[in-house]
Amino acid sequence: MAERVLMNGNTALGEAAIRAGCDCYFGYPITPQNELTSYMATYMPPNGRVFVQAESELAAINMVYGASAAGKRAMTSSSSPGISLKQEGISTLAGAELPAVIVNVQRGGPGLGNIAPAQADYFQAVKGGGHGDYRQIVLAPDSVQEMHDLTFDAFDLADAYRGPVMILTDGRLGQMMEPFELRPAVTPGTDKPWAVTGAAERDPNLVRSLYLVVEELEQLNLRLQAKYREIESREVRVEERMTDDCDILLVAYGSSARACKGALNEARAKGYKVGLLRPLTLWPFPSARIRELAAKVKTIIVVEMSAGQFIEDVQLAAEFQTEVLLENRLGGFVPEQRDILKRVEGLSKC
Amino acid sequence: MTLTPHSRPPEALTEKPTHYCPGCGHGIAHKLIAEAVDKLDIRGRVIGTAPVGCSVLAYFYMNFDVVEAAHGRTPAVATGIKRAAPDKIVFAYQGDGDLAAIGTAETIHAANRGEHIAVFFINNAVYGMTGGQMAPTTMEGQRTSTSPDGRDVETMGPPIRMCELLNTLDRPYYIERVAIDGAAGVRKARKAVHTAMQCQVEGKGYCFVEILSPCPTYQRLSPVDALGFVGENMKSVFPTRVFRKNGEVVDA
Repeated sequence: MAERVLMNGNTALGEAAIRAGCDCYFGYPITPQNELTSYMATYMPPNGRVFVQAESELAAINMVYGASAAGKRAMTSSSSPGISLKQEGISTLAGAELPAVIVNVQRGGPGLGNIAPAQADYFQAVKGGGHGDYRQIVLAPDSVQEMHDLTFDAFDLADAYRGPVMILTDGRLGQMMEPFELRPAVTPGTDKPWAVTGAAERDPNLVRSLYLVVEELEQLNLRLQAKYREIESREVRVEERMTDDCDILLVAYGSSARACKGALNEARAKGYKVGLLRPLTLWPFPSARIRELAAKVKTIIVVEMSAGQFIEDVQLAAEFQTEVLLENRLGGFVPEQRDILKRVEGLSKC
Repeated sequence: MTLTPHSRPPEALTEKPTHYCPGCGHGIAHKLIAEAVDKLDIRGRVIGTAPVGCSVLAYFYMNFDVVEAAHGRTPAVATGIKRAAPDKIVFAYQGDGDLAAIGTAETIHAANRGEHIAVFFINNAVYGMTGGQMAPTTMEGQRTSTSPDGRDVETMGPPIRMCELLNTLDRPYYIERVAIDGAAGVRKARKAVHTAMQCQVEGKGYCFVEILSPCPTYQRLSPVDALGFVGENMKSVFPTRVFRKNGEVVDA
């Protein structure tokens, strides 16, 4: 039977990275993700892995780039302002087609904002963030168990599709403690013929994102786009609750979705036909499923800790088949169960 | 006349003609690195990192594994490679904008950690690839497209001396400045490059070789005069000598 432990989300994620075969971790301190960096500093070296505290987030993501180019599983983590600094590196990882795992334990913004939980980096995470036509897979856990589990998936997806994968979480999920089941350690494959390992018995390998010849750069972009279409067709993941017969559909991810789950149970107990769709992948986005549900339900309520970012993708997917309402908090507040319930009750009175 | 082994191009160099301007120092610097790679017999385990700048395409001429880095991040990328694969020989090849402006933090901290990498710093006192802008190492009074009246130290600061700066740190093992200003200068540069690479093979630690280099196009001189600019003007501000040897500071 799996070992059950009590840890916070940040350290549960760090332990998962070690068990998923993360060879190298590079980080720079920033709240509210510091428990993760400290955990890696404590447990990576005794496990024969690499830990370096970099001089900046820029340096950290570029160390990840180097380690990944050398064929190793590499990861960095930060929080919102630090993730902005990493965008150059994330774009470069995408262009050079290097696998990497990047964790964003989001805090309030813009600017330095505060250190309370938020989801205001949604656009940055799913629409690109850095320059150029690229995408990154974005995973959104809503529990400490998923902080642990999705980390394994992040490394596998990064290797499978040779690109950056972001775990988009927030300060509440990072710092809260929950019991969860540890997953057993895995030994990842090492077959990376593109990696720079020394040109001893083969032609030299080159890792780059610069293609001065326009035909070559167009080819790279077309190849990337084909890869993104494949990801969109294969890797969408959602959790649904009571969507079979619902009139009101809540759509939320991460911490917002946790509040929705409580509200859903309460609303059902009172007789309201409420359901929940929670994307585990924010990119690729579950557009097709939302389109299907939008054709059936009377109202969609999008719950987010941002000023109407996530709702844009829901509206695009819903294609004006039904009304899509926003229920949100800003600046580090987490939506409350009672506020969501009140919104549901208000709708039903009309 | 028969070719001696010495006159053959190094195996670690491809046979592609370079894109560099006539009289540029990059081709010479590439060859010196390739010669060291051949002599130390490490072509199968050396990994180079290429910067942003004129030498971003260095990988077309280097016949071994190379990783291209974003502007200024070369020492961080090299750190990542070396930490991930300690049995490999890792070097960073950087120009003055890459190393001493946008990548100053990465340069200093890689040196301060004593990363086991060799850094080759091509200082030609100007940005080449972007069209002759002022570099952190541009000389006082030197005219560039962004210092059209000459570098004014009152508003732009004086040229930055990286060997001297890095020599204040505890961890570097070897620091030397050389100059491509003629045959004798190239011979000294060859020795310095070889020493830095040999130190990597022997696992000695962080090595830094600054190579003062001609850029006739943007130093706005003929190829011959550019050698004079390096040998006289640049050397008067950037003295060529060994700063650190076997981890010990060498007095001037």
